[in-house]
Amino acid sequence: MVDFAGWALPVQYPTGPTVEHQAVRTAAGLFDIDHMGRFQLTGADADLFLQYVQVWDVEKMAVNEAHYSLLLYSDGTLVDDIFLYRLPERWLIVVNASNRAKDWAWLQANALGFEITLTDISSETCMVALQGPKAAEILQRLTALDLNTVATRTGIEGDLAGAPTLFGRTGYTGEDGFELYFPATHALQTWNAILEAGQADGLLPCGLAARDSLRFEACMPLYGHEIDATINPLEARLGWVISWETEFIGRTALLKTKLEQPQRLLIGFEMVERAVPRDHYAIAVGDKVIGYVTTGMKSPTLDKFLGLGYVTRDYTKLGTEIDILVRGQPKKAKVVKRPFYQPRYK
Amino acid sequence: MASFQIDQEAKYTQKHEWVRIEDGLAVIGVSDAGQDMLSDVVYVELPTIGRTVSAGAELAVVESVKAAETVYAPVSGTVVEINDALVDTPEMVNANPYQSWFFKLQPTDSLNSELAALMDPAAYDAFVDANAH
Repeated sequence: MVDFAGWALPVQYPTGPTVEHQAVRTAAGLFDIDHMGRFQLTGADADLFLQYVQVWDVEKMAVNEAHYSLLLYSDGTLVDDIFLYRLPERWLIVVNASNRAKDWAWLQANALGFEITLTDISSETCMVALQGPKAAEILQRLTALDLNTVATRTGIEGDLAGAPTLFGRTGYTGEDGFELYFPATHALQTWNAILEAGQADGLLPCGLAARDSLRFEACMPLYGHEIDATINPLEARLGWVISWETEFIGRTALLKTKLEQPQRLLIGFEMVERAVPRDHYAIAVGDKVIGYVTTGMKSPTLDKFLGLGYVTRDYTKLGTEIDILVRGQPKKAKVVKRPFYQPRYK
Repeated sequence: MASFQIDQEAKYTQKHEWVRIEDGLAVIGVSDAGQDMLSDVVYVELPTIGRTVSAGAELAVVESVKAAETVYAPVSGTVVEINDALVDTPEMVNANPYQSWFFKLQPTDSLNSELAALMDPAAYDAFVDANAH
């Protein structure tokens, strides 16, 4: 167990992170992600408020639609990355555990003049993720809701093992799957019901280490690594999330970066020489340091040593030869395509 | 609490290295408790043959999905053999910690006094229990 933003969370279960990782890629894995923050937003100005505080155009979102988005400071750097659900008569905003207090304060500070009610429902609700190619098949055994009607990036309410549950078809692993929200009083019951329903299919409970290696292969950013309060979304290659037609906090600064082009960019790289690239290791070309590693590891699926990192824009072309300074020693690597992994069925 | 295997023929350091004397050479690896703390091992870096070091010197690196850790020389000596197989199959450190030796040292005259300073199996067992996470 480790302390993660004040939550006691398992890094791994007895099978170990590599086996957990493989279970998610080939069958399914169940993650306790109750540490993530959940805010409910209602009120006459809820849509207007959201257009102002985050970067995605919520007017384009139909009821039951869900979308990834970002909260930015006025200088264009990242407060957090978030997930939005437009539900009947309310919004659900899902934030990172480590940023929960900061996001709450930041949203409150920007709420002046808006007729909204923001409620932190993190404690009264529970959140787990069921991920993997067999996730839908397993979950279908526990609900009358036809999961074929729950499209990718939607959230539909139904009953799961006796608990009223929001089925969000999304995740942080690159696989098909669900993030499930239900009353905290049902936490243990739902967790055990899912584990039991998927036991014969190879479903395993998964810890933080597998969650990190899975999101890494899919090249999904992790706050504190690929994104933080010193990085803007264009550098992080998250321009696809920005809706330029809306007036959100940080837009002016971001537009300036867009016109001038970001000076550094996120890259994916593969080690040519055997070594484990780890976050904060320097990236160099010859004697010149050109950036740093944000996440690196041996990819369990691809069986290669891979990394993500920032480099100055001259070194971002695929195939560019770079060095990773591992304990001070340069180890050869090359820039490769992101994401490292994409499932065949998606 | 998990219980860990202890090789009764070995002596142990507080950094979870084991050392066994075989045919006059000091054979060194990482203990069962050590590999468990590391979690899945993905990379091993071994010393060059011929290197002479004092007890406590950094000699090898073992990296897991969690962390990079140094393997220290529990006794003084000269590296005479390295276990190249670990480079290609580092997961052996998890599967079979007491067979997965990292390097063998030709010890010095100080061997007996250096070994005396290390933990015997009973002391190491108690040490692991006391430091269990």
